[in-house]
Amino acid sequence: MGEHRGEYKLKFEAPKNAQWFAYGLMAVGLISIIAMFASDHGHGEHYHAGTRAWANIFAGSFFFMSIGLAAAFFLGLQYAAEAGWATTIKRVIESVALYLPWGLSLMLLLFILGQFHVHHIYPWMAPGIAERGHPNYDEVIANKIGYFGVFWWIRTILYIVGWLWFTFKLRNNSLAADQLEIDVNNSYHWKNVKLGAWFMVIFAITSSTSAWDWLMSIDTHWFSTLFGWYIFSGMWISALTMITMLIIWLKKLGYLEFVTESTIHDMGKWMFAISFLWTYLYFSQFMLIWYSDIPEEVIYFQTRWETYKALMWTVLFVNFAFPMIMLMSRDCKRNYFYLMFVGTIIFIGHYLDVIMIVMPGTVGHAWTGLSWMEAGTFLFFLGLFLTVVFRTLSSAPLLVKNHPFLEESLHHST
Amino acid sequence: MGNVIKKNIIHGIFNDEVPLIEACKKMRKKGIRIKDVFSPMPIHGIDPIIGVPRTRLAICAFIYGITGTSLATLMMWYMMISDWPNDIGGKPNWAYYFNVPAFIPITFECTVLCAAHGMALTYLLRCWLLPGVRAKNPDPRTTDDKFMIYLELNDEQSAVAESIMKECGAEEVNYKGVKEIQPAY
Repeated sequence: MGEHRGEYKLKFEAPKNAQWFAYGLMAVGLISIIAMFASDHGHGEHYHAGTRAWANIFAGSFFFMSIGLAAAFFLGLQYAAEAGWATTIKRVIESVALYLPWGLSLMLLLFILGQFHVHHIYPWMAPGIAERGHPNYDEVIANKIGYFGVFWWIRTILYIVGWLWFTFKLRNNSLAADQLEIDVNNSYHWKNVKLGAWFMVIFAITSSTSAWDWLMSIDTHWFSTLFGWYIFSGMWISALTMITMLIIWLKKLGYLEFVTESTIHDMGKWMFAISFLWTYLYFSQFMLIWYSDIPEEVIYFQTRWETYKALMWTVLFVNFAFPMIMLMSRDCKRNYFYLMFVGTIIFIGHYLDVIMIVMPGTVGHAWTGLSWMEAGTFLFFLGLFLTVVFRTLSSAPLLVKNHPFLEESLHHST
Repeated sequence: MGNVIKKNIIHGIFNDEVPLIEACKKMRKKGIRIKDVFSPMPIHGIDPIIGVPRTRLAICAFIYGITGTSLATLMMWYMMISDWPNDIGGKPNWAYYFNVPAFIPITFECTVLCAAHGMALTYLLRCWLLPGVRAKNPDPRTTDDKFMIYLELNDEQSAVAESIMKECGAEEVNYKGVKEIQPAY
């Protein structure tokens, strides 16, 4: 099992400046979040004080939670497919996935605050929305209120518990296998293969329904069956980009010397491919709604087209045309600088995508364009995310010990 | 009639691709030209090692793709705009750019169709893999579990190549006769 294991640097310690950088991001972010709440007074009937601030916090929480979730999915996928190539980078994927408890806690906190009417992100949470004669009464929502309320909360709790259970199980089996001298029957590996396969099934359903519940229900009147896959592809590409950038950064620091160029190349291929998956789903959703031109559906893009036009085009260009041109060639996918550069842009591009999903249903036509508020919130959550990832990275050796595909992965070449 | 150049045809048979790559690297360092390598499965990254120039298939793919894009655009413009404009879903086809989203799937499919078929046909033609063509397979074991380096060398280089291949773990080094090459004057 990896005869050079003793020579590798397996104990990660976050460099002081990187750690302080992450703290700095959080501090800057926190200041701008406070300033954001202080300056967001609100105006008009549907635009309460703090609407934009809460929407920003919601977008940031969701975006980074979804990265952890997609990393957990990616980890399970490697097991379910019994793929060998990713074994050397498994600990990086795990570390990103372990942001999930933090991300989900923040989401849960936001849901609870919404239920107590601290913010108004979900219109169906408003009191009296389904009571005929109440000033808040909304007939469309009243007709489907059975899907919300208690049923919504049951589903939400199930998602959170289920995802966390799978993530922790996958991680703990992997750590337990490290404790053994030799895992003769690959017992922990087979446990994880089973877990991974079941997680694929569970995730296939919950990724769609959670996207409907948590994001689509912001625009409660509107519906799209494709929406779940669109959100899923967005979180997948963000997670892949984050994992790729972490690997390159760790390699630059002198860690992960056992990760071959071909593994990085494969991550580049993933980034390229999933960018197209995202574009495919984004465009499919747009084109079908645009073509059929049904008022209750088209209102979703109407709002975006009228008030968020620049953002809409930016998101499409940055997340589709940019990676297509920049990542097409083989040499680009093997060049660290290129991957870092393209990765940074796509990562921000997909944050803007989440902004474009959340804002029109909350801030609506009161939107005045991107500002320091979006940037500040993004920096806060990025800092939090990096702090958590540094901590989990240093909590376990950077290379797994007992894994049947370890040797294959160490010699991976394409 | 000039001097006829005589070259030995050599088959170096290996059990695995790792010693084969090793032998290729060493022979290339000695300036020996590797004519071909036969393998039951693709060996990734072998092209630069045995001195195969970078493929130009990508350039062909681009040309075929662009052809597909143009053909699709021309076809849809003629059908939907020029010849018989329809009003679909409240969207009259007065001009091509009005209804671009509706045309994108067909443009995409046609591009992929032309690029994929063009590339496949180019590959088959370039390798002369046509129906009825006799298989060019010097040693049928390379379709099962053996790996082979195919060389055409003069006597002096043959000895060097044989020793390198043996040293790297070749199972057999077979001399398969002499090829006579008429120099082109």
